[in-house]
Amino acid sequence: MAGQGPLLAIEDLRTVFRSSAGDLPAVDGVSVSVAPGRTLGIVGESGCGKSVLSLSIMRLVPRPGRITSGSIRFDGRDLLTLSEGEMRGLRGGSIGMIFQEPMTSLNPVHTVGRQIIEAVSAHKDLSASAAKDVAIDALRRVRIPAPEKRFEEYPHQLSGGMRQRVMIAMALSCEPRLLIADEPTTALDVTIQAQILDLLKLLQQETGMSIILITHDLGVVAEMADEVAVMYAGRVVETGPVNAVFGDAQHPYTLGLFGSVPRLDGENQSLLAIEGTVPPPFALPPGCRFNPRCGFASDRCRSEMPLLRPLGPSHQAACWHAPVEAEFG
Amino acid sequence: MLAHIARRLLTAIPVMFGVLLIGFVLLQVVPTDPAVVRAGPLATPDVIDAIRKDLGLDQPLWMQFFLYLGRLLRGDLGVSIINNVPVSQELGATIGPTLELMFASLIWAIPLGILLGTVAAYWRGSIFDRAVMAFAVAGVSVPVFFVGLVLIWFVGFKWQLLPFTGRDGPIWTLAGLKAIALPALTLGGVFVGPVARMTRTAVLDVLGADHVRTARAKGLAERLVVLHHALRNALIPVVTLIGLQIGFLLGGAVVTETIFSWPGVGRLAVGAILSSDMPLAQGTIIVLSLGFIVINLIVDVLYAVLDPRVRAS
Ligand SMILES: Nc1ncnc2c1ncn2[C@@H]1O[C@H](COP(=O)(O)OP(=O)(O)OP(=O)(O)O)[C@@H](O)[C@H]1O
Ligand SMILES: [Mg+2]
Repeated sequence: MAGQGPLLAIEDLRTVFRSSAGDLPAVDGVSVSVAPGRTLGIVGESGCGKSVLSLSIMRLVPRPGRITSGSIRFDGRDLLTLSEGEMRGLRGGSIGMIFQEPMTSLNPVHTVGRQIIEAVSAHKDLSASAAKDVAIDALRRVRIPAPEKRFEEYPHQLSGGMRQRVMIAMALSCEPRLLIADEPTTALDVTIQAQILDLLKLLQQETGMSIILITHDLGVVAEMADEVAVMYAGRVVETGPVNAVFGDAQHPYTLGLFGSVPRLDGENQSLLAIEGTVPPPFALPPGCRFNPRCGFASDRCRSEMPLLRPLGPSHQAACWHAPVEAEFG
Repeated sequence: MLAHIARRLLTAIPVMFGVLLIGFVLLQVVPTDPAVVRAGPLATPDVIDAIRKDLGLDQPLWMQFFLYLGRLLRGDLGVSIINNVPVSQELGATIGPTLELMFASLIWAIPLGILLGTVAAYWRGSIFDRAVMAFAVAGVSVPVFFVGLVLIWFVGFKWQLLPFTGRDGPIWTLAGLKAIALPALTLGGVFVGPVARMTRTAVLDVLGADHVRTARAKGLAERLVVLHHALRNALIPVVTLIGLQIGFLLGGAVVTETIFSWPGVGRLAVGAILSSDMPLAQGTIIVLSLGFIVINLIVDVLYAVLDPRVRAS
């Protein structure tokens, strides 16, 4: 993929929730990109802004949230400058999205088939029978057995894994170039998780689409992603190729997520699991947002916000102490 | 589905029995003596006694009740004490106009309420939303008779735009339509607000649901998101809530019929109770409770039609 520009490039994105206490930033100055055919993993604890980021790409942030600055370039166009109608053409068309909760993400009162046909018909001018063919084909592509039968069924008649397959079929029914998957397997049990991830990989090989995979499971990132961005309290604190970040994590938060400090001699030493939780947007500390939970925090960390700094080829971390080995190793 | 309906009908039997019993007891409390009423002001005590015996009123109360039940089972509702006309005949003549009035009231009030509620929910917080909610609150707190009297006073009496007493032929004739306009406006009018409010709440709830977000994420036009996903799902609780208002509707019908002299079951019931016409009053109570049960059944069926999860179980 070298030499090719990214399919999606987010620059300095800021999404806030309006409140009586002012604008609360849920995503604050995030820059990430995905190349064609590649997978970007986004990890972080609950509440760090992963879902808001992905909904921002779709421009579906619920009220009172709004995007206040930055740009989201998809295929050369800034999504933030598109009209609502143009944006609607992209949603479900060139950009598909699946969600965490397959139980509630499908409408319980419509058949699976009808919901897929709706997605197809929103983007393609097809006859009823042609749309049905496309929908059944989509079900077959996600390896749902007896797709003609499933087509007539309601979501409550399907298992969680089947529903997520239906969601994927729906999101892929118009052959998107980018699939945003917001914790697609979190609600599923382990064996089903693995099946769904395998399916996503397979479909990526078949279609060449890019994937943004949001998760808080590092194992999933290791298995699926090419690049990874670690988010904390609305900001990306470390990013780079999966090998680099996993092999040589530099941000104390990333290290905390791994639950261990890798040492130069190759042995892993256990670190106390990071205590506390992600601060909500209305209670952000000054300086580095991670400093109250960080074992390395110094005065500078408590007063000045660190920005992403390059540490290697495309590997960046936002920590005053990075690279950690230089100071502590 | 059919089994479901059959089950509901079976459970309606004890309800019906209870209704008959309560109605019977309540009518005993009314201080006038039907035999005296029937006999007229000039009757001698002997005549009254004879009539009392004739009507079975000399029997103990429980006996009277079971005799009444026995006759009911044979389809005999008795004879009106005042008019000496079979109760079934009186009821037969009034059920039609009552159904007509309910139909004419709900046919516009429910769709209008749903429309207002949906639009208010979609643009929640807007001036339109606040206006609809103010109207809904007013609708809940203004009694039916007040709306009726205001309409009669202005539209009927002062401006002489529409008639306001009685029925004037079937609804599909111009005269019939004009005659039903004010009663239907009254009975429906008090219903629009509650329906709008319930719809607004339900639609707001569904608009925040995950599957609505999915619908948007597939690129559906907002019109489809609102109609096929938000409103379509919101109809399930709305139907249930409307079902819970049946008592309110029947009570409203009684009041509306009375103030507009609409020849329906409600007005008949009021007349029968006021004149201690026990068999007739009992008959109207039976019809009104049957109406209650039937509407409940319709709600149940609608519920299953709207929700595939209910249909399955
Ligand atoms: N509708 C909303 N109104 C106000 N604040 C919100 C809203 N949605 C999200 N937020 C805030 O934005 C922050 C980020 O939330 P987000 O849902 O993106 O987290 P997440 O990383 O996806 O977490 P999870 O792993 O639990 O899904 C949270 O702190 C939350 O308080
Ligand atoms: Mg989330």
